[in-house]
Amino acid sequence: MDQQPASYQELLPHLFRLEYSRMTAVLCRHFGLRHMAIAEDIVSETFLKATEAWGAQGMPDNPAAWLYTVAKNKTKDYLKRTSLFETRVKGAIQQQEQEETPDFDFSGQTITDSLLAMIFAVCDPANATESQICLALQVLCGFSVEEIADAFLTSRETIKKRLQRARTSLRDNNFQLGPLQEATIQARLDAVLRTLYLLFNEGYFSKSANRLMRKDLCSEAMRLALLLTENPLTNTTQANALLALMCYQSSRLEAREDEEGEVVLFERQDQSLWSRELIDQGNHYLVNACSGEAVSKYHLEAGIAYWHTTPAGNSKWEHILQLYNQLILLEYSAVTALNRTFAFAKVYGNKAGIVEAEKLGLEDVSYYHSLLGYLYADGDAQKAVMHYNKAIALTKSMAEKRTLQKEVERLEKGTA
Amino acid sequence: MKEFMLIFRLSEKPAPPSPEQMQERMNWLAGIAAQNKLVDKGNRLSPANARTVKAGNVVSDGPFTEIKEFVTGYMVLKAASIDEATEIASGNPILKMGGSVEIRAVLTPEEK
Repeated sequence: MDQQPASYQELLPHLFRLEYSRMTAVLCRHFGLRHMAIAEDIVSETFLKATEAWGAQGMPDNPAAWLYTVAKNKTKDYLKRTSLFETRVKGAIQQQEQEETPDFDFSGQTITDSLLAMIFAVCDPANATESQICLALQVLCGFSVEEIADAFLTSRETIKKRLQRARTSLRDNNFQLGPLQEATIQARLDAVLRTLYLLFNEGYFSKSANRLMRKDLCSEAMRLALLLTENPLTNTTQANALLALMCYQSSRLEAREDEEGEVVLFERQDQSLWSRELIDQGNHYLVNACSGEAVSKYHLEAGIAYWHTTPAGNSKWEHILQLYNQLILLEYSAVTALNRTFAFAKVYGNKAGIVEAEKLGLEDVSYYHSLLGYLYADGDAQKAVMHYNKAIALTKSMAEKRTLQKEVERLEKGTA
Repeated sequence: MKEFMLIFRLSEKPAPPSPEQMQERMNWLAGIAAQNKLVDKGNRLSPANARTVKAGNVVSDGPFTEIKEFVTGYMVLKAASIDEATEIASGNPILKMGGSVEIRAVLTPEEK
Protein backbone atom coordinates (compact mmCIF):
# COMPACT_ATOMS: atom_id res chain seq x y z
CA MET A 1 0.00 0.00 0.00
CA ASP A 2 2.63 2.50 1.06
CA GLN A 3 5.04 2.92 -1.77
CA GLN A 4 8.43 4.27 -0.84
CA PRO A 5 8.80 7.65 -2.49
CA ALA A 6 11.68 7.70 -4.90
CA SER A 7 13.58 10.79 -3.95
CA TYR A 8 13.94 13.43 -1.29
CA GLN A 9 11.91 15.84 -3.41
CA GLU A 10 8.93 13.59 -2.91
CA LEU A 11 9.71 12.66 0.65
CA LEU A 12 10.48 16.14 1.90
CA PRO A 13 6.94 17.59 1.88
CA HIS A 14 5.72 14.52 3.71
CA LEU A 15 8.56 14.66 6.20
CA PHE A 16 8.04 18.35 6.59
CA ARG A 17 4.40 17.90 7.51
CA LEU A 18 5.28 15.18 9.99
CA GLU A 19 8.27 16.77 11.69
CA TYR A 20 7.41 20.44 11.44
CA SER A 21 4.73 20.26 14.11
CA ARG A 22 6.88 18.15 16.42
CA MET A 23 9.90 20.41 16.27
CA THR A 24 7.81 23.56 16.56
CA ALA A 25 5.97 22.16 19.58
CA VAL A 26 9.18 21.22 21.38
CA LEU A 27 10.77 24.59 20.63
CA CYS A 28 7.65 26.55 21.56
CA ARG A 29 7.67 24.81 24.87
CA HIS A 30 11.05 26.39 25.44
CA PHE A 31 10.48 29.83 23.97
CA GLY A 32 6.84 30.18 24.93
CA LEU A 33 4.03 30.78 22.47
CA ARG A 34 4.72 34.51 22.50
CA HIS A 35 7.84 33.75 20.49
CA MET A 36 6.37 31.08 18.28
CA ALA A 37 7.77 32.89 15.24
CA ILE A 38 11.34 32.20 16.44
CA ALA A 39 10.57 28.50 16.77
CA GLU A 40 9.02 28.45 13.32
CA ASP A 41 11.99 30.29 11.81
CA ILE A 42 14.41 27.76 13.26
CA VAL A 43 12.33 24.88 11.94
CA SER A 44 12.03 26.47 8.50
CA GLU A 45 15.77 27.11 8.35
CA THR A 46 16.33 23.50 9.31
CA PHE A 47 14.26 22.32 6.38
CA LEU A 48 15.96 24.77 4.06
CA LYS A 49 19.28 23.30 5.07
CA ALA A 50 17.91 19.80 4.52
CA THR A 51 16.86 20.69 0.98
CA GLU A 52 20.35 21.95 0.16
CA ALA A 53 22.30 19.19 1.90
CA TRP A 54 20.13 16.30 0.75
CA GLY A 55 20.05 17.59 -2.79
CA ALA A 56 23.84 17.59 -2.90
CA GLN A 57 24.70 14.58 -0.75
CA GLY A 58 21.57 12.47 -0.86
CA MET A 59 19.26 11.49 1.96
CA PRO A 60 20.76 10.58 5.33
CA ASP A 61 19.83 7.17 6.76
CA ASN A 62 17.69 8.64 9.47
CA PRO A 63 16.23 11.89 8.10
CA ALA A 64 14.25 12.70 11.27
CA ALA A 65 17.33 12.39 13.50
CA TRP A 66 19.26 14.54 11.02
CA LEU A 67 16.58 17.23 11.24
CA TYR A 68 16.52 17.14 15.04
CA THR A 69 20.29 17.52 15.26
CA VAL A 70 20.28 20.50 12.92
CA ALA A 71 17.32 22.09 14.73
CA LYS A 72 19.08 21.57 18.04
CA ASN A 73 22.25 23.26 16.78
CA LYS A 74 20.37 26.12 15.22
CA THR A 75 18.54 26.68 18.49
CA LYS A 76 21.80 26.72 20.41
CA ASP A 77 23.26 29.19 17.91
CA TYR A 78 20.22 31.37 18.24
CA LEU A 79 20.37 31.34 22.02
CA LYS A 80 24.09 32.12 21.95
CA ARG A 81 23.47 35.05 19.61
CA THR A 82 20.67 36.50 21.71
CA SER A 83 22.66 35.89 24.85
CA LEU A 84 25.61 37.84 23.41
CA PHE A 85 23.22 40.55 22.37
CA GLU A 86 21.63 40.61 25.79
CA THR A 87 24.93 40.79 27.70
CA ARG A 88 26.84 43.13 25.39
CA VAL A 89 24.13 45.52 24.39
CA LYS A 90 21.86 45.50 27.36
CA GLY A 91 24.52 44.73 29.90
CA ALA A 92 23.82 42.35 32.68
CA ILE A 93 20.32 43.60 33.36
CA GLN A 94 18.50 40.50 32.27
CA GLN A 95 20.44 37.36 32.38
CA GLN A 96 18.13 34.85 33.92
CA GLU A 97 16.50 32.66 31.31
CA GLN A 98 19.06 32.24 28.64
CA GLU A 99 22.24 31.84 30.66
CA GLU A 100 22.69 28.26 29.73
CA THR A 101 21.79 26.64 26.52
CA PRO A 102 19.69 23.69 27.60
CA ASP A 103 20.31 20.44 25.85
CA PHE A 104 17.36 20.14 23.53
CA ASP A 105 15.66 16.94 24.04
CA PHE A 106 13.86 15.65 20.96
CA SER A 107 13.10 12.31 22.56
CA GLY A 108 9.80 10.53 22.09
CA GLN A 109 8.29 11.58 25.41
CA THR A 110 9.20 15.26 25.05
CA ILE A 111 7.76 15.34 21.56
CA THR A 112 4.57 13.66 22.72
CA ASP A 113 4.11 15.96 25.72
CA SER A 114 4.90 19.09 23.74
CA LEU A 115 2.63 18.16 20.87
CA LEU A 116 -0.25 17.30 23.20
CA ALA A 117 0.14 20.65 24.95
CA MET A 118 0.34 22.34 21.57
CA ILE A 119 -2.95 20.74 20.46
CA PHE A 120 -4.67 22.25 23.48
CA ALA A 121 -2.98 25.60 22.89
CA VAL A 122 -4.13 25.72 19.28
CA CYS A 123 -7.69 24.53 19.86
CA ASP A 124 -9.21 27.58 21.46
CA PRO A 125 -13.01 27.47 21.66
CA ALA A 126 -12.99 31.22 20.99
CA ASN A 127 -11.62 30.78 17.45
CA ALA A 128 -13.96 30.85 14.49
CA THR A 129 -14.20 27.41 12.90
CA GLU A 130 -12.48 28.33 9.66
CA SER A 131 -9.48 30.03 11.22
CA GLN A 132 -9.30 27.27 13.80
CA ILE A 133 -8.87 24.66 11.09
CA CYS A 134 -6.30 26.76 9.23
CA LEU A 135 -4.29 27.26 12.41
CA ALA A 136 -4.38 23.56 13.23
CA LEU A 137 -3.34 22.68 9.70
CA GLN A 138 -0.42 25.03 9.88
CA VAL A 139 0.85 24.53 13.43
CA LEU A 140 -0.17 20.93 14.15
CA CYS A 141 0.09 19.42 10.68
CA GLY A 142 2.86 21.52 9.14
CA PHE A 143 0.84 22.54 6.09
CA SER A 144 2.02 25.52 4.10
CA VAL A 145 -0.31 28.38 3.23
CA GLU A 146 -0.38 27.09 -0.38
CA GLU A 147 -1.38 23.62 0.74
CA ILE A 148 -4.12 24.94 3.01
CA ALA A 149 -5.40 27.13 0.18
CA ASP A 150 -5.35 24.07 -2.08
CA ALA A 151 -7.23 21.95 0.44
CA PHE A 152 -9.93 24.60 0.83
CA LEU A 153 -9.93 25.53 -2.87
CA THR A 154 -9.49 29.14 -1.91
CA SER A 155 -6.89 31.87 -2.31
CA ARG A 156 -3.69 32.25 -0.32
CA GLU A 157 -4.79 35.73 0.73
CA THR A 158 -7.97 34.39 2.30
CA ILE A 159 -6.02 31.74 4.18
CA LYS A 160 -3.48 34.28 5.38
CA LYS A 161 -6.25 36.46 6.73
CA ARG A 162 -7.85 33.55 8.50
CA LEU A 163 -4.52 32.57 10.02
CA GLN A 164 -3.59 36.03 11.14
CA ARG A 165 -6.32 36.48 13.68
CA ALA A 166 -5.98 33.01 15.14
CA ARG A 167 -2.20 33.36 15.41
CA THR A 168 -2.50 36.69 17.19
CA SER A 169 -4.80 35.25 19.81
CA LEU A 170 -2.59 32.18 20.18
CA ARG A 171 0.42 34.43 20.75
CA ASP A 172 -1.32 36.76 23.17
CA ASN A 173 -3.29 34.23 25.15
CA ASN A 174 -0.32 33.34 27.29
CA PHE A 175 -1.24 29.67 27.15
CA GLN A 176 1.38 27.69 29.07
CA LEU A 177 2.83 24.74 27.21
CA GLY A 178 3.69 22.92 30.41
CA PRO A 179 2.08 19.71 31.66
CA LEU A 180 -1.64 19.70 30.93
CA GLN A 181 -3.90 20.87 33.72
CA GLU A 182 -7.22 19.22 34.45
CA ALA A 183 -9.03 22.57 34.06
CA THR A 184 -7.50 23.16 30.63
CA ILE A 185 -8.61 19.76 29.48
CA GLN A 186 -12.12 20.37 30.76
CA ALA A 187 -12.32 23.71 29.01
CA ARG A 188 -10.81 22.71 25.68
CA LEU A 189 -11.27 19.00 25.05
CA ASP A 190 -14.50 19.53 23.11
CA ALA A 191 -12.78 22.06 20.85
CA VAL A 192 -9.82 19.70 20.43
CA LEU A 193 -12.01 16.78 19.37
CA ARG A 194 -14.02 18.98 17.03
CA THR A 195 -10.88 20.33 15.40
CA LEU A 196 -9.41 16.86 14.86
CA TYR A 197 -12.75 15.69 13.48
CA LEU A 198 -12.79 18.59 11.01
CA LEU A 199 -9.13 18.06 10.08
CA PHE A 200 -9.85 14.47 9.24
CA ASN A 201 -12.94 15.35 7.23
CA GLU A 202 -10.97 17.99 5.38
CA GLY A 203 -8.64 15.26 4.20
CA TYR A 204 -11.30 12.65 3.64
CA PHE A 205 -13.82 14.78 1.79
CA SER A 206 -11.54 17.47 0.41
CA LYS A 207 -12.21 18.58 -3.13
CA SER A 208 -8.52 19.10 -3.74
CA ALA A 209 -6.93 16.89 -6.35
CA ASN A 210 -3.76 16.37 -4.34
CA ARG A 211 -4.26 12.81 -3.12
CA LEU A 212 -0.99 12.48 -1.24
CA MET A 213 -1.71 15.62 0.72
CA ARG A 214 -5.21 14.45 1.55
CA LYS A 215 -3.99 11.12 2.82
CA ASP A 216 -1.41 12.91 4.92
CA LEU A 217 -4.18 15.04 6.38
CA CYS A 218 -6.16 11.99 7.41
CA SER A 219 -3.16 10.30 8.97
CA GLU A 220 -2.13 13.53 10.72
CA ALA A 221 -5.58 13.83 12.31
CA MET A 222 -5.40 10.17 13.37
CA ARG A 223 -1.93 10.63 14.80
CA LEU A 224 -3.16 13.53 16.93
CA ALA A 225 -6.26 11.62 18.05
CA LEU A 226 -4.04 8.69 18.95
CA LEU A 227 -1.99 11.02 21.16
CA LEU A 228 -5.16 11.85 23.09
CA THR A 229 -5.94 8.20 23.74
CA GLU A 230 -2.41 7.53 24.94
CA ASN A 231 -2.56 10.06 27.75
CA PRO A 232 -4.71 9.03 30.74
CA LEU A 233 -5.97 12.61 31.17
CA THR A 234 -7.31 12.87 27.64
CA ASN A 235 -8.22 9.24 27.02
CA THR A 236 -11.98 9.85 27.19
CA THR A 237 -14.71 7.73 25.64
CA GLN A 238 -15.31 10.52 23.14
CA ALA A 239 -11.67 10.57 22.06
CA ASN A 240 -11.85 6.80 21.55
CA ALA A 241 -15.07 7.13 19.57
CA LEU A 242 -13.48 9.75 17.35
CA LEU A 243 -10.42 7.61 16.73
CA ALA A 244 -12.64 4.60 15.97
CA LEU A 245 -14.50 6.71 13.41
CA MET A 246 -11.25 7.76 11.78
CA CYS A 247 -10.03 4.15 11.62
CA TYR A 248 -13.21 2.95 9.93
CA GLN A 249 -13.21 5.81 7.43
CA SER A 250 -9.52 5.36 6.65
CA SER A 251 -10.01 1.65 6.07
CA ARG A 252 -11.83 2.61 2.88
CA LEU A 253 -9.40 5.26 1.64
CA GLU A 254 -7.95 2.96 -1.01
CA ALA A 255 -11.30 1.70 -2.21
CA ARG A 256 -13.15 4.99 -2.55
CA GLU A 257 -11.13 6.32 -5.46
CA ASP A 258 -10.03 4.58 -8.61
CA GLU A 259 -6.73 5.07 -10.46
CA GLU A 260 -7.99 8.16 -12.25
CA GLY A 261 -8.98 9.75 -8.96
CA GLU A 262 -12.68 9.26 -9.58
CA VAL A 263 -14.95 8.70 -6.63
CA VAL A 264 -16.12 5.11 -6.31
CA LEU A 265 -19.59 5.00 -4.76
CA PHE A 266 -19.73 3.03 -1.54
CA GLU A 267 -21.85 0.28 -3.03
CA ARG A 268 -19.46 -0.28 -5.91
CA GLN A 269 -16.28 -0.32 -3.87
CA ASP A 270 -14.02 -3.33 -4.09
CA GLN A 271 -14.26 -4.52 -0.50
CA SER A 272 -11.03 -6.47 -0.80
CA LEU A 273 -9.33 -3.06 -0.86
CA TRP A 274 -10.67 -2.22 2.58
CA SER A 275 -7.99 -2.36 5.24
CA ARG A 276 -8.87 -5.17 7.64
CA GLU A 277 -6.22 -3.91 10.03
CA LEU A 278 -7.79 -0.47 10.34
CA ILE A 279 -11.26 -1.98 10.75
CA ASP A 280 -9.94 -4.12 13.62
CA GLN A 281 -8.39 -1.05 15.20
CA GLY A 282 -11.68 0.78 14.77
CA ASN A 283 -13.43 -2.05 16.60
CA HIS A 284 -10.88 -1.85 19.38
CA TYR A 285 -11.39 1.88 19.95
CA LEU A 286 -15.16 1.61 19.57
CA VAL A 287 -15.24 -0.96 22.37
CA ASN A 288 -13.18 1.43 24.52
CA ALA A 289 -15.56 4.24 23.61
CA CYS A 290 -18.55 2.28 24.84
CA SER A 291 -17.23 1.84 28.38
CA GLY A 292 -19.16 4.88 29.62
CA GLU A 293 -22.72 6.13 29.55
CA ALA A 294 -22.31 9.21 27.42
CA VAL A 295 -23.18 9.03 23.74
CA SER A 296 -21.57 11.70 21.59
CA LYS A 297 -21.90 12.37 17.90
CA TYR A 298 -18.54 10.63 17.48
CA HIS A 299 -20.05 7.50 19.03
CA LEU A 300 -22.99 7.62 16.65
CA GLU A 301 -20.84 8.29 13.59
CA ALA A 302 -18.39 5.57 14.56
CA GLY A 303 -21.35 3.21 15.04
CA ILE A 304 -22.61 4.05 11.56
CA ALA A 305 -19.14 3.56 10.08
CA TYR A 306 -18.89 0.23 11.89
CA TRP A 307 -22.13 -1.04 10.36
CA HIS A 308 -20.87 0.02 6.95
CA THR A 309 -17.99 -2.43 7.35
CA THR A 310 -20.38 -5.34 7.93
CA PRO A 311 -21.95 -7.46 5.18
CA ALA A 312 -25.58 -6.93 4.16
CA GLY A 313 -28.29 -8.58 6.22
CA ASN A 314 -28.54 -8.67 10.04
CA SER A 315 -30.83 -5.64 9.94
CA LYS A 316 -27.75 -3.67 8.95
CA TRP A 317 -29.67 -0.71 7.52
CA GLU A 318 -32.17 -0.68 10.39
CA HIS A 319 -29.22 -0.18 12.74
CA ILE A 320 -27.73 2.49 10.53
CA LEU A 321 -31.07 4.31 10.30
CA GLN A 322 -31.51 4.26 14.08
CA LEU A 323 -28.06 5.73 14.56
CA TYR A 324 -28.76 8.43 11.98
CA ASN A 325 -32.05 9.17 13.73
CA GLN A 326 -30.17 9.78 16.97
CA LEU A 327 -27.49 11.79 15.19
CA ILE A 328 -29.94 14.14 13.51
CA LEU A 329 -31.70 14.72 16.84
CA LEU A 330 -28.35 15.58 18.41
CA GLU A 331 -27.16 17.97 15.74
CA TYR A 332 -28.74 19.04 12.47
CA SER A 333 -26.69 19.14 9.32
CA ALA A 334 -27.82 18.87 5.73
CA VAL A 335 -25.40 15.99 5.10
CA THR A 336 -26.71 14.03 8.08
CA ALA A 337 -30.27 14.68 6.95
CA LEU A 338 -29.47 13.33 3.47
CA ASN A 339 -27.49 10.35 4.73
CA ARG A 340 -30.35 9.51 7.06
CA THR A 341 -32.74 9.61 4.13
CA PHE A 342 -30.52 7.24 2.17
CA ALA A 343 -30.61 4.80 5.10
CA PHE A 344 -34.39 5.32 5.35
CA ALA A 345 -34.75 4.34 1.70
CA LYS A 346 -32.58 1.26 2.27
CA VAL A 347 -34.99 0.12 4.99
CA TYR A 348 -38.37 1.20 3.60
CA GLY A 349 -37.70 1.24 -0.14
CA ASN A 350 -36.97 3.96 -2.68
CA LYS A 351 -40.58 5.18 -2.97
CA ALA A 352 -40.83 5.92 0.74
CA GLY A 353 -37.32 7.35 0.52
CA ILE A 354 -38.36 9.80 -2.21
CA VAL A 355 -41.24 11.09 -0.08
CA GLU A 356 -38.88 11.51 2.87
CA ALA A 357 -36.19 13.13 0.70
CA GLU A 358 -38.47 15.64 -1.00
CA LYS A 359 -39.57 16.96 2.39
CA LEU A 360 -36.02 18.17 2.93
CA GLY A 361 -36.23 20.70 0.13
CA LEU A 362 -32.47 21.26 -0.02
CA GLU A 363 -32.67 22.55 -3.59
CA ASP A 364 -29.24 24.23 -3.50
CA VAL A 365 -27.36 21.16 -2.27
CA SER A 366 -25.77 18.96 -4.91
CA TYR A 367 -26.01 15.84 -2.75
CA TYR A 368 -29.79 16.39 -2.39
CA HIS A 369 -30.15 16.03 -6.13
CA SER A 370 -27.73 13.15 -6.51
CA LEU A 371 -29.65 11.32 -3.77
CA LEU A 372 -32.96 11.93 -5.53
CA GLY A 373 -31.34 10.89 -8.80
CA TYR A 374 -30.30 7.65 -7.17
CA LEU A 375 -33.73 7.05 -5.63
CA TYR A 376 -35.58 7.74 -8.90
CA ALA A 377 -33.13 5.78 -11.05
CA ASP A 378 -34.98 2.45 -11.06
CA GLY A 379 -38.49 3.90 -11.32
CA ASP A 380 -38.43 7.14 -13.26
CA ALA A 381 -35.30 7.55 -15.34
CA GLN A 382 -36.35 10.97 -16.63
CA LYS A 383 -36.67 12.44 -13.16
CA ALA A 384 -33.44 10.73 -12.16
CA VAL A 385 -31.58 12.37 -15.06
CA MET A 386 -33.12 15.74 -14.22
CA HIS A 387 -31.87 15.51 -10.64
CA TYR A 388 -28.47 14.17 -11.62
CA ASN A 389 -28.04 17.11 -14.00
CA LYS A 390 -28.89 19.55 -11.24
CA ALA A 391 -26.35 17.83 -9.00
CA ILE A 392 -23.70 18.08 -11.72
CA ALA A 393 -24.38 21.81 -12.08
CA LEU A 394 -24.14 22.37 -8.34
CA THR A 395 -21.08 20.33 -7.34
CA LYS A 396 -17.65 21.90 -7.45
CA SER A 397 -15.83 18.58 -7.50
CA MET A 398 -14.70 17.55 -10.98
CA ALA A 399 -14.43 13.91 -9.91
CA GLU A 400 -18.03 13.94 -8.74
CA LYS A 401 -19.21 15.64 -11.92
CA ARG A 402 -17.65 12.81 -13.94
CA THR A 403 -19.11 10.11 -11.71
CA LEU A 404 -22.59 11.60 -11.97
CA GLN A 405 -22.22 12.18 -15.72
CA LYS A 406 -21.59 8.45 -16.15
CA GLU A 407 -24.84 7.73 -14.30
CA VAL A 408 -26.72 10.10 -16.60
CA GLU A 409 -25.26 8.41 -19.67
CA ARG A 410 -26.13 4.99 -18.29
CA LEU A 411 -29.73 6.04 -17.67
CA GLU A 412 -30.09 7.76 -21.04
CA LYS A 413 -28.87 4.65 -22.81
CA GLY A 414 -31.47 2.63 -20.90
CA THR A 415 -34.36 4.88 -21.94
CA ALA A 416 -33.33 5.36 -25.56
CA MET B 1 -41.29 30.07 10.66
CA LYS B 2 -43.48 29.87 13.72
CA GLU B 3 -43.28 27.55 16.68
CA PHE B 4 -46.01 25.06 17.47
CA MET B 5 -46.40 22.74 20.42
CA LEU B 6 -47.81 19.33 19.74
CA ILE B 7 -49.62 17.70 22.63
CA PHE B 8 -50.17 13.96 22.37
CA ARG B 9 -53.21 12.34 23.94
CA LEU B 10 -54.53 8.84 24.39
CA SER B 11 -57.95 7.93 25.68
CA GLU B 12 -56.65 5.11 27.81
CA LYS B 13 -53.54 4.52 29.82
CA PRO B 14 -50.87 3.72 27.29
CA ALA B 15 -49.17 0.34 27.42
CA PRO B 16 -45.39 0.46 27.11
CA PRO B 17 -44.66 0.91 23.41
CA SER B 18 -43.41 -2.04 21.36
CA PRO B 19 -40.00 -1.80 19.69
CA GLU B 20 -41.76 -1.31 16.35
CA GLN B 21 -43.83 1.55 17.74
CA MET B 22 -40.70 3.10 19.24
CA GLN B 23 -38.96 2.82 15.89
CA GLU B 24 -41.87 4.36 14.05
CA ARG B 25 -42.06 7.25 16.50
CA MET B 26 -38.31 7.75 16.27
CA ASN B 27 -38.47 7.81 12.46
CA TRP B 28 -41.21 10.39 12.60
CA LEU B 29 -39.31 12.59 15.07
CA ALA B 30 -35.99 12.29 13.21
CA GLY B 31 -37.83 13.07 9.97
CA ILE B 32 -38.79 16.44 11.48
CA ALA B 33 -35.23 17.00 12.70
CA ALA B 34 -33.99 16.16 9.19
CA GLN B 35 -36.07 19.05 7.87
CA ASN B 36 -34.44 21.20 10.54
CA LYS B 37 -37.87 21.90 12.00
CA LEU B 38 -37.40 20.44 15.45
CA VAL B 39 -37.26 23.01 18.25
CA ASP B 40 -37.56 20.75 21.30
CA LYS B 41 -37.99 17.02 21.07
CA GLY B 42 -39.98 17.23 24.26
CA ASN B 43 -40.74 14.29 26.51
CA ARG B 44 -43.11 11.46 27.12
CA LEU B 45 -45.10 11.82 30.33
CA SER B 46 -45.72 9.12 32.90
CA PRO B 47 -49.39 8.07 33.15
CA ALA B 48 -48.85 6.54 36.61
CA ASN B 49 -46.52 8.81 38.51
CA ALA B 50 -48.89 11.75 38.34
CA ARG B 51 -50.95 14.02 40.54
CA THR B 52 -53.36 16.88 40.11
CA VAL B 53 -53.65 19.69 42.62
CA LYS B 54 -56.67 22.00 42.81
CA ALA B 55 -57.67 24.99 44.87
CA GLY B 56 -58.20 24.29 48.55
CA ASN B 57 -55.26 21.90 48.55
CA VAL B 58 -57.30 19.17 46.94
CA VAL B 59 -54.77 16.70 45.63
CA SER B 60 -55.72 13.66 43.63
CA ASP B 61 -53.56 10.84 42.33
CA GLY B 62 -53.22 10.55 38.61
CA PRO B 63 -53.36 13.05 35.79
CA PHE B 64 -56.21 15.39 35.04
CA THR B 65 -58.60 12.92 33.43
CA GLU B 66 -61.85 14.75 33.43
CA ILE B 67 -61.58 15.20 29.72
CA LYS B 68 -61.18 11.40 29.47
CA GLU B 69 -57.79 11.64 27.84
CA PHE B 70 -54.24 11.33 29.10
CA VAL B 71 -51.58 13.67 27.90
CA THR B 72 -48.81 11.24 26.97
CA GLY B 73 -46.19 13.67 25.75
CA TYR B 74 -45.35 16.91 24.02
CA MET B 75 -42.84 18.47 21.65
CA VAL B 76 -42.20 21.76 19.88
CA LEU B 77 -41.56 22.20 16.16
CA LYS B 78 -41.36 25.09 13.77
CA ALA B 79 -43.39 25.36 10.60
CA ALA B 80 -44.44 27.99 8.10
CA SER B 81 -48.09 27.74 9.11
CA ILE B 82 -50.48 25.80 11.32
CA ASP B 83 -51.45 23.85 8.19
CA GLU B 84 -47.90 22.62 7.77
CA ALA B 85 -47.65 21.79 11.47
CA THR B 86 -50.91 19.83 11.20
CA GLU B 87 -49.61 17.99 8.14
CA ILE B 88 -46.50 16.95 10.08
CA ALA B 89 -48.54 15.97 13.12
CA SER B 90 -50.80 13.76 11.03
CA GLY B 91 -47.87 11.40 10.43
CA ASN B 92 -47.42 10.65 14.13
CA PRO B 93 -48.04 6.97 14.90
CA ILE B 94 -50.17 7.78 17.97
CA LEU B 95 -53.07 8.31 15.55
CA LYS B 96 -52.99 4.59 14.70
CA MET B 97 -53.45 3.81 18.40
CA GLY B 98 -56.64 5.83 18.72
CA GLY B 99 -54.82 8.85 20.08
CA SER B 100 -54.87 12.47 18.99
CA VAL B 101 -52.47 15.35 18.57
CA GLU B 102 -53.35 18.87 19.58
CA ILE B 103 -51.48 21.60 17.69
CA ARG B 104 -51.01 24.94 19.44
CA ALA B 105 -49.14 27.95 18.14
CA VAL B 106 -46.62 29.22 20.70
CA LEU B 107 -47.30 32.88 21.41
CA THR B 108 -44.42 35.29 21.17
CA PRO B 109 -44.13 38.13 23.72
CA GLU B 110 -45.57 40.57 21.17
CA GLU B 111 -48.67 38.48 20.60
CA LYS B 112 -51.67 38.69 22.92
